[in-house]
Order: sequence, then C-alpha cells, then structure tokens
Amino acid sequence: MAKTLNPNKPLVAHHNRPFTSPIASMIVSVIALVWTIPTMGLVITSFRDKESILSTGWWTSFTNPSFTLANYREVLFTGGGALGSQGMIPFAVNSLAITIPAVVLSVGFGLMAAYALAWIPFRFSDHVFYGLFALQGVPLQLSLLPLLTFFASGVQLFGHQIIPPLGIVGTLTAVWFPHVMFGMPLVVYLLHNFVSALPRELMEAARVDGANHFEVFRRIVLPLSLPAIASIAIFQFLWIWNDLLVGLVFAGGTDDVAPLTLHLSNLGGTFGSKWENLAPAALFSIIIPLIVFFSLQRYFVRGLLAGSVKA
Amino acid sequence: MTWSGLLETSLPKFGQIGAVIAIFFGFYALAFAAGARIQGKRQNGWALALFLVPGIALAMIGLGIPAFQTFIESFKSADSSQWVGFGNYIKAVKDPDLRLAFYNTMSWVIIGPIAVTALGLALATMLNKMKREALAKSLIFMPMAISFVGGSLIWKLMYQYQEPDANQTGLVGQIMKSLGIPLQHLLLWAPWNNLFLIAVYVWSSTGFAMVILSAAIKNIPQDIEEAASLDGASGIRLFRTVTVPMVKTTIIVVLTTSMVGTLKLFDVVRTMTGGNFKTDVLSNRMFDEHFVYFNNGRGSTLAMFIFLGVLPIIIYNIRSLRAERQH
Repeated sequence: MAKTLNPNKPLVAHHNRPFTSPIASMIVSVIALVWTIPTMGLVITSFRDKESILSTGWWTSFTNPSFTLANYREVLFTGGGALGSQGMIPFAVNSLAITIPAVVLSVGFGLMAAYALAWIPFRFSDHVFYGLFALQGVPLQLSLLPLLTFFASGVQLFGHQIIPPLGIVGTLTAVWFPHVMFGMPLVVYLLHNFVSALPRELMEAARVDGANHFEVFRRIVLPLSLPAIASIAIFQFLWIWNDLLVGLVFAGGTDDVAPLTLHLSNLGGTFGSKWENLAPAALFSIIIPLIVFFSLQRYFVRGLLAGSVKA
Repeated sequence: MTWSGLLETSLPKFGQIGAVIAIFFGFYALAFAAGARIQGKRQNGWALALFLVPGIALAMIGLGIPAFQTFIESFKSADSSQWVGFGNYIKAVKDPDLRLAFYNTMSWVIIGPIAVTALGLALATMLNKMKREALAKSLIFMPMAISFVGGSLIWKLMYQYQEPDANQTGLVGQIMKSLGIPLQHLLLWAPWNNLFLIAVYVWSSTGFAMVILSAAIKNIPQDIEEAASLDGASGIRLFRTVTVPMVKTTIIVVLTTSMVGTLKLFDVVRTMTGGNFKTDVLSNRMFDEHFVYFNNGRGSTLAMFIFLGVLPIIIYNIRSLRAERQH
C-alpha cells in the first residue's frame, strides 16, 4: 500500500532520458508482439469459415487469405450454432443494464461518503475510515451465499421475519446491486485520497461565505473531482463488465439477466470447440471494454495508479 | 431473434437503467435543495446521514455482515442445521481433493505474482530506456481491459490440441511441433496444466505491474541515476543498486495486490478447465461446494481459508496506512 500518488501532481515527471538502449527497445518490442499475438489469433479466427478453422491454424490465413462475415451475422443477428436462438446482443444489453447503474451508484454514493469522511468532523470518523479500508480486503467470496439468501428470504431472527424477502432474485437488480455494495470500500478509499487532498483554504473560504456542507459539496467538491470521478468510473466499468463470479451467483441460471461474460463462459464450456461461434462472440464481448480502454487510457491509468491497492 | 423481439426485451431494461439513475439523482437533487437551507450545527448530522450512512450501510450489508455470517456458517454442517465445531476445517485439510485445490492455489499465489512483478519490473526498466514507448506500452497493457473469460478463450485457442500428424490449429502446438517437442494436450497435462492457466493470468496482469512500476521508475530523481552512473554503475548494477531500492514500496504494492488477486482468482480456472484435470483452486472449489453440492458448511470454510490467506495483507495494509496518515 504505502505511497499513494498525489492526484494534484502530474503522474509522470517528464524529463529527458539520457540512457536509451536499442537492445532494450528491441526486447520490449518483441514482448509487445508476443503479447498481441494471442488476441490477433482470436480476431483472425473470428473471420474464418468453419472448415478452415477445423483444418488449419489461423496463421495460415496470412498466406491463404479467405475471410467471411458469416460468423458475425450469426453472433449479432440470427443466432444459431452454439449461440442459441438469440445471438449475443441481448446479453450485451444485460451487461449494460448491470454495469451502468452499478457504476453510477457506486461512484455517487462513494463520492459523498468520501467527502463526509474527509471534511465533516465527527466522533468516530477515523474508526469508520479504517473499518471501511479493512472491508476492502475482504474477498467477496465470503459474502456470496449470505447475500443471496438475504435477497431470497430476507432476515429472520428467532423465527420472526424482520425483513421480508426482497423479491429481486432473477432480476437485473439482483446483479447490479451486489456490485454497488462490493465496490463501495475501494471507491470510497480512492475518492477519499483525492477529496481529502483538495486545498483546505478553498473549503474554509466557502464556509466563511456561509456555504454549508451541501453547498460546498455541490459547488466545489463535485466539479473539482470530475477527473477522479472519470478515472474511477472507468475502473469500475471495466471491473464490473468483466466480472464473472458475481454474475454467475446472482444472475442464477436465467439467460434473461445473464451478462456477456457469463454467457460466453457457458459457451466455452459447452461448445468449447465451435470456434466459428466462440471467436466472434468473445471478440464481441471484449470490444466495448477495449474501446473504453483505448479512448480513455489516460484516465484509466490514473485510476489504476491511485488504485494500485485494489484488494 | 427479430429486431422487434430484441426491442421488446431490451426497452424495459434500458427503462430500468433510466429509472434507477433518475431516482438516485432525483432524490439527491431534492436532498441538496433542502440541505442548502440548513445552517449551524444541525447541518453536520444531516450531511452525515445523507452522505455517509448510505455508503456505510451498503458496505456493511454487502460485505461486513455476510462475511461474519460466513464465519459462523463455517462451523455448521452441510445444511447449516447443526454445529460441528472445527469439523469442516479438519475435514477440509484431510480431503485429498481439497488438498489439491490448496496446493494449486498456493502455486498460483507464488508463481503468478512473482512472474507478473518480475516481468513488469523488467519491462518498466526497459521502457524507461526507449524512445517511443507508447505503442508497446499500450499493447502489453491491453489484456488488462479484456475479461478473464475472454482471455481464457483466447488462450484456449492458443493451446488447442491436434494429433501429431494432423495440421495443428493451436499456435503453441504448432511451435512445439516445429521445434520437435512431443505434442501434449496442454490443458489435460497435470500438473503442468496449472502453469498454462497461470500463464493466462500473467499475460493479463503484467501490463498493470508494468504501468505502475513504470510510473514509479520515472519518479526516481534523475540526479540519483546520474550520480550512480558517474560512479561507474550501469546496466544490471544500476538496476540492482538504484532502481530496485528506489521503487521497493511500489514493488511490494504490486506483489501484494497480485497475491490477493491470485488467491481469489476464479474466472480463468472456471472457464478453461472448470477445475477438472487436477487444476482446481480454492475459489472455484468454494463455488462448487456452495452451488453444485449445496454443502454450505464446507463452502463457507473454504471462503474462510481464502480470507485467512488475505488477512496478513489486510493487516499489513492497515498498518502502513496508519503510518502514512500519522505523517
């Protein structure tokens, strides 16, 4: 954990580097190539027809190019093969319907809690902060079954129903709600790092002008935190979009609310060799995070640097 | 699936997204409008109730209380009807399948983080000596954005097995064949198949280590490097005597983060082997105990084992956080 980066400073101190080495450049380039080849294999496979996929390796397509869009037609529109009758689009809709509310709510609640812990003095402020920080290390494995039971049957104490069943099992809410809860400790911690580093004079000046906590938050903290919000939102987006475990537990067996990763994992298990379906389906599922990643890489890296304590 | 059918099932889902967000912002817009009128001492209480209580409640309902319940459950029988003391723990240590899951998890926790950190550090050091690093950095970092499920499928394709005299369709098989190495069904080849699964994790996470360590290396004051090189240090020596000590804390961050990650790792094993062929790990086994065999006691016990593995790291992190805040 140790050092956290000061968000108000540039992350990278730019200086001229006197030591450049052609050997280092070469090794890095080779590794970068090796790192890219597996993904490239998937991309190329996704455009090959079934017969070629079964009979030759994807790399032979460099000398014998023959490509087809039929696989994508199945994945996106008609379904068929291993894909079931629906294709992948409904699952992408589920992934969006899980990810967007989970990101908005976890960052929203997280920012407010971070402000409270940083700038509202109260008695057990420190204890709450440490408690939350400790929760960040608790593996979510510990809470899967009790939480699922809570959703399904509420809370009973000594034979009395204290809280009725929530009635959300099998709905999208049952999937995104756990993500909000699981993400809370980390989001609060990261945003606290940022919010607590805002200049004290700014806050005090606003308070002198008669602004209360609600106004300080809305007029000062919220606008100044936008970069931090952006990077943590991206971080959460990728985290939740790519999750399998939470989806597997809380989406139950219902295709109706299953995210892309869950469906893809099922396809890989049941139809492990139908690459004409699997490859484009896999590519379809990683395309949105890749777009997010490449277009917002700077913010993402910033979130990652601040979040290098993710447990 | 027809377009109208798709629209029919999707619209309510988008409606839900909109509704959730509208309720959230609507409620807080009202709360802020009302809150802005509160003056004096009362405002702290109101602000805490609206700002802090929801976040804490969410964390407690989602993690705190359930984790405690799991702790209790781990001392109960399969259907939670009787107390069995440490029975589950003792059985877990004796059961050969669970032992295997233990050992496999241990190899994940040792090999994965060391490989990721070493590779990341090497790459970060070399990147620092490169003129145009952006592209290479992006490419190595890219798998980070790909889900472990997607990554697992990507590597399943790489590991595909064909009979030795047939055309190879997996790149790794093709390379082995051209080098004259006897072909293996890589994902069935215990115990080495564990390494091939760990490779997926290393491929996916090295970029993370590289980016963080690279930022740390670039923060090393330049005069220190210059002074060392004036003293004749270069190459490996410069790396060993200057770079590594200067980024030591970051190395520990990367190493511990990665250890926690591998301890909990689930997706890769689930997607590639389902825990079969002697590749089972604690996290996957825990899932099976809970949701396939419906043995709550044992599933909770395995979750506790994962927690016990993470505990030293939590304690270490809290201590360094306290030390840092005291400054």
